[in-house]
Amino acid sequence: MSVETIAGVTIDVNEEGFMTDPGQWSPDVAVELARREGIEPLTDRHWEVIHFMRREFEEKGTGPSVRLLAKTSGVSIKELYTLFPKGPAKLAAKIAGIPKPRGCI
Amino acid sequence: MHRIVIVGGGTGGTLSANRLRKIYRPDEASITVIDENDQHVYQPGLLFVPFGMTHGEDIVRPRARQLRDGIDFLRCGVDHVDVERRCVVRADGVEMEYDVLIVATGSVLAPEETEGLTGPGWMERVFTFYDVPGATALHAALESFQGGRVVVNVVEMPIKCPVAPLEFAFLADWYFTERGIRDRVDLTYVTPLDAAFTKPVAAKHLGGMLAERHIELVTEFSTGEVDGEGGRLVSYDEREVPFDLAVVIPVHNGAGCVTRSPGLGDELGFISTDEHTLQTKVAPEIFAIGDATSLPISKAGSVTDFEGEVLVENVRRFLGDEPLDASYDGHANCFIETGFSKAMLIDFNYEVEPVPGHYPGPVGLPLMKESRFNHLGKLMFQWIYWHSLLPGRDIPGIHSEMPRRGKHLIEHDMKGAE
Repeated sequence: MSVETIAGVTIDVNEEGFMTDPGQWSPDVAVELARREGIEPLTDRHWEVIHFMRREFEEKGTGPSVRLLAKTSGVSIKELYTLFPKGPAKLAAKIAGIPKPRGCI
Repeated sequence: MHRIVIVGGGTGGTLSANRLRKIYRPDEASITVIDENDQHVYQPGLLFVPFGMTHGEDIVRPRARQLRDGIDFLRCGVDHVDVERRCVVRADGVEMEYDVLIVATGSVLAPEETEGLTGPGWMERVFTFYDVPGATALHAALESFQGGRVVVNVVEMPIKCPVAPLEFAFLADWYFTERGIRDRVDLTYVTPLDAAFTKPVAAKHLGGMLAERHIELVTEFSTGEVDGEGGRLVSYDEREVPFDLAVVIPVHNGAGCVTRSPGLGDELGFISTDEHTLQTKVAPEIFAIGDATSLPISKAGSVTDFEGEVLVENVRRFLGDEPLDASYDGHANCFIETGFSKAMLIDFNYEVEPVPGHYPGPVGLPLMKESRFNHLGKLMFQWIYWHSLLPGRDIPGIHSEMPRRGKHLIEHDMKGAE
C-alpha cells in the first residue's frame, strides 16, 4: 500500500499499482495512469472499455475477465489486445481505477 | 412435506443430497437428484490417466449408487429452470416444482470457443486431460512419444482445479525421466496468468519448482489460436509457442441448462451466489454449490465439500424460517502431485493465501512442502471421496472452516495485518 499524487490528486494504490479507492478516480487520473503504461492518447474505444469496467465494478463488485469483457462489452478480444496490450482485463481495470479482476483464481 | 430438487449428480449434488437425507426423514422432505447420465467421474483421478497410473474405467461409478436410500435419482436432461414459477423444466418437457432448488451442475469444457483447438490435430497431437476420452487418448500419445516439444497450456481462467495443469507438468517431467528420454523433451508451461499460480506466495514457490525441473514458464499468454497442423500456440498479441504435443485446458463455461435459464447465470453461465451462505442472488429458494457458482474461489472438490456443510445447514434454516448461517470462509485445500512419489499440500480461504506450516494443525501434513506423506494422502483421498465425502460423513479433524493453527501466518497473512 502506498500513496501517490497523480494529476493533482492523491490516490492510494496497492503493491501492484491498482487503486484501492475507486472514488479517488477521475478521467484525468486515467489519462495519467494510461500514460505510465505506455498508452496515449486514450481513444473513444479506450474510454468505452474504461467506463464499461467501472460500471461492471459498481454492479458486481469485481471487474470482468477478458472473455467476459469481450462477451458483454461488444469489443472483440482481438481489439481489446490492441487497445490494452498484454492483459486487457488487468490493464483496463488498473486505468479504470478498480481492483484487479478476481476472475483469475 | 418439503420438495428439494438438486440439479446435477456430481460431487456437490451427491454430497448435498446425502447430507440432507440425514437431516430429513423421507416423510419430511422429498429429495430428487436429476442428471442426464449415470456416470460419476472421480475427477481428481483424470490427472493420473495419461501417465498410466490409473484407467478411465477405474474412476467412474454409477451416480445412483452414491446416493443414500430415500433419495430419488432421475436420469434425464434438464432444459431450463423457470425461476419465476419455481420449477425445473426437464428435457422431456415434464415440469418439477420445488420449494428449494440446489444447482450443482458444475462447469463444462468449451474447446470449440478457441480458434483451431478442435480442428486438425485435435486428439492426435492436441489433447486435454480434463475428461475421460481426452485423458485416455493422451495416455496412448504419451506412450508413443519419443521426444520433442511438449506444451501445457491453460487457455483462460477460471478452470477446474487450477493446480492440475501444474501437476501435469511436474508428472510429465517425472514420466519422461523414468522412461529415460527427459533430455529429449522440452517442457513448457504456458499460462494467461502473470506467474505460475494465482496466489503470490504459492506462485513463487511453484514457479521455483518449475525452474528446478527445467520446465520453461511462459506467462501472460492469452491463447487466441491453437494451430494443430502447424504445431503452434498463437496468442492474441501475436506471440507464438511451438509444440509437437500440446496439452490444452480449454475454457470453461457453466452448464447448458443454466445458460438456457433466463436470469439464472452470468454471461459465462456461472451463478452469482452469496460468498458465505451459498444462497444464490437469483432467488432465496435457490442455492448453488461447487463449480456452478461464480464465487472467487477455486473450482475444486475440497471447496465443494466445505461449501456443502454450510449449504445444507442453510437449506434447513431456510425451510425452517431461520436466519441463514454466513460461515463459509472460502476454505480450499489441494494436494499438488509433484512427481517422484511426492506431493505438496496447500490450504487457504478467501482471505488467507496458501502459506507454509502444517494441516489441519501443528501436527499434521506439511504445507507447501514436497513430501511422501502428501503423495500418500492424495492417493488415499480417492477412497475417502467415495466412502466418506460423497456419503456426507464428517471426516475427523477436517472442517469447513479453515484452520489457522499450524500455519506460519505472521509474515504472510497480509489481510490479517492490515
